[in-house]
Formats: sequence, structure tokens, C-alpha cells
Amino acid sequence: MPIKILMPTLSPTMTEGNLTLWVKSEGDRVSPGDVIAEIETDKATMELETVDEGILAKILISEGTEEIPVNTPIAIILEEGETQSDLEGMDININKVESTTDTKAVEDSDVISDNLANPMQDEALNSDVNNRSRNVDTQERIKSSPLARRMAEQQKIDLALVNGSGPNGRIIRADIEAFSLPDIPVVKNDIPQVYKEDYSDYEILPISNIRKVVARRLTEAKQEVPHFYLTVDCEIDNLLNVRDDLNSRAKNNEFKISINDMIIKACAVALMQVPAANASWSEEGIKIYKNANISVAVAINDGLITPIINNANSKGLMTISNEMKELVTQAQDGTLTPDQYQGGTFSISNLGMYGVKNFQAIINPPQGCILAVGKIEKKPVVKNDEITIASIMSATLSVDHRVVDGAIGAQFLNSIKTLIEDPLGMLL
Amino acid sequence: MENKKYDLIIVGGGPGGYVAAIRSSQLGLSTALIEAEHLGGVCLNWGCIPTKALLRTAEIYNLIKHSDEFGITAENISFDLDKIVKRSRNVSKKLSQGVEYLLKKNKVDIIEGWGKLAGQENGYHQLTIENNTSIFSNVESKNIILATGSRARQLPGLEADGKLIWTYREAMVPKKLPQSLLIIGAGAIGIEYASFYQTLGTSVTVVESLDRILPLEDKEISDFAHKAFESRGVNICTNTTVSSMSTKEDSVKVITDSRGENSEITVDRVIIAVGIVGNYENIGLDQTSIEVNKSHIVVDDWCATAEAGIWAIGDLVGPPWLAHKAEHEAIICVNRIAGIEENEPLMIENIPSCIYSQPQIASIGLTEETAKSIGKKIRVGKFPFQGNGKAIALGETEGFVKTIFDSESGEIIGAHLIGSDVTELIHGYSIAKTLESTEEELMRAVFPHPTLSEMMQESVMDAYDRAIHI
Repeated sequence: MPIKILMPTLSPTMTEGNLTLWVKSEGDRVSPGDVIAEIETDKATMELETVDEGILAKILISEGTEEIPVNTPIAIILEEGETQSDLEGMDININKVESTTDTKAVEDSDVISDNLANPMQDEALNSDVNNRSRNVDTQERIKSSPLARRMAEQQKIDLALVNGSGPNGRIIRADIEAFSLPDIPVVKNDIPQVYKEDYSDYEILPISNIRKVVARRLTEAKQEVPHFYLTVDCEIDNLLNVRDDLNSRAKNNEFKISINDMIIKACAVALMQVPAANASWSEEGIKIYKNANISVAVAINDGLITPIINNANSKGLMTISNEMKELVTQAQDGTLTPDQYQGGTFSISNLGMYGVKNFQAIINPPQGCILAVGKIEKKPVVKNDEITIASIMSATLSVDHRVVDGAIGAQFLNSIKTLIEDPLGMLL
Repeated sequence: MENKKYDLIIVGGGPGGYVAAIRSSQLGLSTALIEAEHLGGVCLNWGCIPTKALLRTAEIYNLIKHSDEFGITAENISFDLDKIVKRSRNVSKKLSQGVEYLLKKNKVDIIEGWGKLAGQENGYHQLTIENNTSIFSNVESKNIILATGSRARQLPGLEADGKLIWTYREAMVPKKLPQSLLIIGAGAIGIEYASFYQTLGTSVTVVESLDRILPLEDKEISDFAHKAFESRGVNICTNTTVSSMSTKEDSVKVITDSRGENSEITVDRVIIAVGIVGNYENIGLDQTSIEVNKSHIVVDDWCATAEAGIWAIGDLVGPPWLAHKAEHEAIICVNRIAGIEENEPLMIENIPSCIYSQPQIASIGLTEETAKSIGKKIRVGKFPFQGNGKAIALGETEGFVKTIFDSESGEIIGAHLIGSDVTELIHGYSIAKTLESTEEELMRAVFPHPTLSEMMQESVMDAYDRAIHI
């Protein structure tokens, strides 16, 4: 029987999407894994892959159509041995929303970050490849028992962060209990006398969930990712002038652009100039991202979190600045949703405001690079064989050598430096 | 002659041992099984299976006696005890042969004799095989599983003589029906025999030292069962112990002590059913570092003893003394020996327990009392057989289904059932518990109508004040 391709649900909140492009045309042969179309959601543009084999017999919804409800039939695939005549009499009502989907979508960034947060999920993903009827919502692929799900919900635990110890990585009650243990047992009565320490010298702070996640992810990153580091000094007098100029144009304080906002923009533009640096390592291959989703490290009570400016490459400074302020507020209030901090392609960590001259940051997996920004200092510099004074900001790029080699890293860091020193270049 | 070497030798051919042997062979290990008596162990030969055959007779006899209720006239109903016992023995024999067939099919070497540990040589544990008089063979293996099971516990000064004072073994093969019978111990074994003999017409008295019968069950179940057996004519004495017994030619005089008050009762036969002890003696443990605690071998979550390469499973390692527990330990243990890592050991609270009396009793997980005593906040649901259409049609309206949930997480903590055929229902809750279902899945699952199983769902719904048929 001919197979209907339905508008997929690509995010938990998606109810409708735009069909931006048909990659395949009517009459094309398609195999599992082929990208057949591009779908735009409220969050991102994603590729729609088919899991079926056959001929793309009919396109029901033309490209450019917007606001198509999920599960609406958008195309029909004929399987081996079927002909156009099989289409006749088929109930194809494009206004009718169907209840199953037979396609999978790959969102460039989210899938990877979810997988990293839960390696078990990756297995689930692989084992599902041959499964024709699949749920395209990546969140749904986390195997968990009903009891574990309920406990996670009650304790506000993100299941993507929990390792499953049940059959095939299923998350079970014991995993949730282990995850939410408030404390590591410190003193046991049965500890032999010789091993007993004097506990009056220090106190033990309970390990919060966020602390556990930070500890686990950064340990993994430092152990598994081969880091190397590149440092440059940037003269930022031009940048400071441009910033002052821009801020003087703000009416009623509608925006106030910070140096950090401009570094975000510079990095986003540099990532577009050197796409090879906008990359991450995965078992399937090196992923090169099409957009610059910039994660920015924000210190919060008992840890840090990296909210994201999505598509910073296509956003203006005012938008970046206002979004960043909102994200920082939400981060400090603890009201960020997972889609606001998962799925970045590059990170920035700025300790300049704390007087740090320069430092080397740990890569935020699965991302390939992170930029560590130090403080701004007035320094004597030699220009045209004369000593002058310039405002210098030191920046260090940490690079995953599996993905980015020294030359590319240097080229990328140089792009950042050039954009920071000549910020008008960001406008091009 | 060089000893025969194996990857794994199992000592004992009960439900733990033979399952371990088959699993071992499935995993490609060269395997031998040593059994001194009958393949299938107590379960098949002297426990679970032959008693079920006897209780089936009791059930049919009881139904025929009440046939008028169903519009059938039956007169001069009688039974032939020899035939009843013979059928029970044949059932055991058939299954024991079945085990032999399965072992052979799986290429397990069956060694008849008494296996005993005899030290280690070159990394191989040595075993001697003895018969009544001598050692006739030696075998050796990298890994040994001890699965020697258990036997009836004897009370000091009140030992069974096998003639007038029985254990479960003699009680299973009566030559004539005792007119009167005293059963010491109101656990599963005592209650099943009480039910069997009472149905056939014996006057049965049960004495229990604790304050209720079936003390491991939920108190409501115990209380309900107490009334149900009393209404059938069983005389139950709780808080009562036996101080002395003296045997006459064909009867036993028993002095009981109920809170300091002595009574005398003379009965034809006595059954001692006060638990079991592990068969840990004379299997060579003294040469090992294996630890024994109250007749049971101490093992870790994966059935490993303190001696590397020696493992123990089933009744020998402690309660619950159930064949299905032994079988699961067998699988877990052999998988571990073969290097298959499993994350979860056997969870005691997920092991169901069944008693095949009339009415039947089945349970899993915690009782209401235990749940409360460990500080759980709970929701309890109950549904009576009287509210179930199928139960009414069957003429089996005695009993109820009780379910206990954690009121915070919705976890099913326990389920306790009493009534007709509940032993065939309890597995529904086993699956739910193992899958970590909450009340939501149990309410959403569709149970077929009309069946007794509908009560399982109604009980869950009752815990959340949503029962329909009550």
C-alpha cells in the first residue's frame, strides 16, 4: 500500500510547521535516510528524512506552504511493485490530520546535545533506525519506567540527564533515586577506627543536581576531548567607540549593548566565515552546523549554566543584547527551559569583569570550541614603530582537536580578532 | 584416571539446580548436575507439584459435594485415598522424567550420587561423588553451584517419627485417612494440608505460636482466611505452642500451651510444618571459607559465596523458600558465571507468593502493616469477589483483592488476594511491579470481561476512589 508522509512533530511544542523546500521531486527514488524536504518550525529549520524505500509518487503540499498542522499528509511514497494506479481510491485528504508519522527529522543541534546528555539515548536512537513507525520527538526516545517518569516529574528532574540502568538503558526507579540523592553519605558508624578522620576541620556541602551535572559533563569533557589552546590579544578601542555610539542611539533605554554582546556577535559572524569551526564530533561523523547558536556561560547559585542565543549570526546587536538580558534573568531565577540551554554550537565564557587576565576554558560538549575572554587593560603597543596606548583584551580559544586542527583554529580565532578590532566588519 | 573437568557443576537437581544446568548449557558451558535422589527436588517430588495434585482432588470433591447448587444431582459420593495418592505420585514421576529429558536434551551430564566439595587443585574445585557406602567418582570444575535445598525443620523434643508424627513428606502419602489431625504451624504448608485433609473429612486442628495464621501475609488476609477456614470446620488455635507429644499405638497425645493454659488433645496424626532448614551439612563446606548463618549459606546479590568459584542458590541461601525464587537465582547466577553482567539483582518485593488452600491466597510486595511501619504514605484499595460478575457465575463469591500504593509516587507497593483462583491472577501484579507501573497504567490497561481479573483493576481504582462496581 502506498505510504503517506505526514507533517512530523519536531519539537514538544510544535503544532504546525512550514514546508520550506522539497529536496526530492515527484518521481525521485528515495531510500531510508534520504532528506526529502526541509521543514521550518518555530525554533529551527530541520531536514525531513524518509525511513521508507520507494518512489516519491506525489507531493501533496507544495513548498512555501506555511502553517501546516502536524500529521497532515504532505506526500506519498509508492513501494516496490506499486504503480500510480495504486494512488487512485486512496483516501488523501490533506486537511485531515493523521495519527501516525513515518518519517524522522534531524534537527542539527538539539539531537546531539540530547544524546550527549544521555548516552543511553544514543543507543535507543540507533536501535530505532530500522523501526519504520517512529516517534520523531527526541524527548520521547528516553526509555523509562512509568514510575521513574512520575518521580522525575515530581522532583523536576530532566530525564535526559539520568543514566538508565534497566534493560536496554531503561531509566528505572533506582536511577531516579540515585540521581536525586541529596548527599553522599559521609560518616558511617562501621568505619574502622584507623580510617576515621577528624571531621571538625571542614563541613560537607550536599551535592546539588546541577553540581552533579556540571561535575559529570566537565569531567567527561576534560577526559575525553583532546583540548588545545590558542590565545590572541585584541585591541578593542574601535569596539568600545562603536558600542558607545550605538548605545547613544537608544531611546528610552530600549537597549544597552555590552562588550559581551558584541563578542557574541563577532563569534557568530566568525563561525559563518569559518564554518569548519562550527562543528562537533559524533560517532556518525563530524557535524558542521549551519547556524551559530552561541552558548554563554552564566554563573548561577551553585554552578553555571549556558543559555543560548540561537542563530546569533542572523540577529542584530539589539536583539542579542535584549535576549541575553532576559536569559540571564531567567538563568538566575532558575526558569530556563531545556531548549533554552541545550543545543548550542559554540560557547563563550567571559571572566573579564572579575579581573581575570586570561584563562583556558573547558569545552562544553558536544561543541568543538569555546572562547575564554579576559579583562580589558590599557597597554603600550607598538604601531608604526611607535609606542602608543591601546585597550587590549586577551581571548583564548579551546579547541577539540578531533574536529578542528590548529590551522583552522587559528584562522577562526583570527576572524574573531579581526571582527572585534574592526566591528563594522560584522555588518557585512 | 584423570578426573572429568567441567566449566560448571551443580550440586542438587531441584528447580534451582536443573534450571541452572539448562541455562549453563545454553550459554555453552560444559555442565554436570549431581543429584542424590530424584530430579526435580522437593518441589517436583515432595512439595509444590504433588500437593497441587492432592488439592485438586480436594477441590473437585468439594465441588461435587456442592453440585446441587449448580443443578447437578450426585449421590453416594466417596473417594479412594490410594487412587488420590497414586495420581499425585504419578504427576511427580511424569515431571521428574520431564526434567531428565530436558537435561539430556541440553547435553547436561547427570551424575547420580552425593556431591561433596573436596578442595581445590590448579584452579579447579574438586568434588567427590558418594553413594551410601563409598566414594566412587571424582569430578572437578572451575565453578560450582550449590543447590541442595532444604528439609522440614524439626522442633527439639517434638521430632517427627514418620509414622504418627509426620512432616510434609509423610503427609503427602497417607495410607489411610486420619480421623483427626493436629498441624503444628500455620504457614503455607500447614494451611495447605489443613485444607486438603479437612475437605476429605478429617477433623483438623491447627496450632500457631504467633497471634495469627499465615503471619507473613497481610493482616486482613490472615483474618479473612482464619474465618474462612473456621467456617469450613478447621479448629484454629493461635498464640499456642505444643509442649509435649506422646505416641500411642495409633494416636498421639498432645499437650498444648496457650498463654500458660495447658490443654490435652488426642489425635490420629500430627503434621509438623514449622518452616525449613537448609541442607548445608555434609557437602564439604568445612574446607572452604563459605559462611553459614542459621542453616543458610551467605551469598551476595549475585549468589556468590565467600569462596571464589562457589555459588549457592535457592532454599539453601534463605527465604523466601520458593521454587520460582530458586529458578530466578539460578539464571542470575549462571549468567554471572558466564560473564553476562546484569544490573539488577532479584528483588524480593517483586517475588509473588501463592498458597493453594481453599480459598487460595496470593500476594506480592509489602503488607499494609509493613508499608506503614517503614513510614510509607499509602493508598489502599479493596474489591470483593461478591462484586464481580464472573465470581458470582462461578459460585465463588468468597474473597477480595487488596492493593497498596505509594500515595506520592503511585508505585504499586503490594497486592494481596484471597479467593478462588487468585494464584493465577497474581502474575498481573508481578508484571506491573517489575515494569514499575503506577496506578495509571493499571487503570488504563483493559481487563477482559467477564473475568476474575477485573477485580484486580477495580481494586486499583478503589485505591483512588474510582471503583465502578462497588
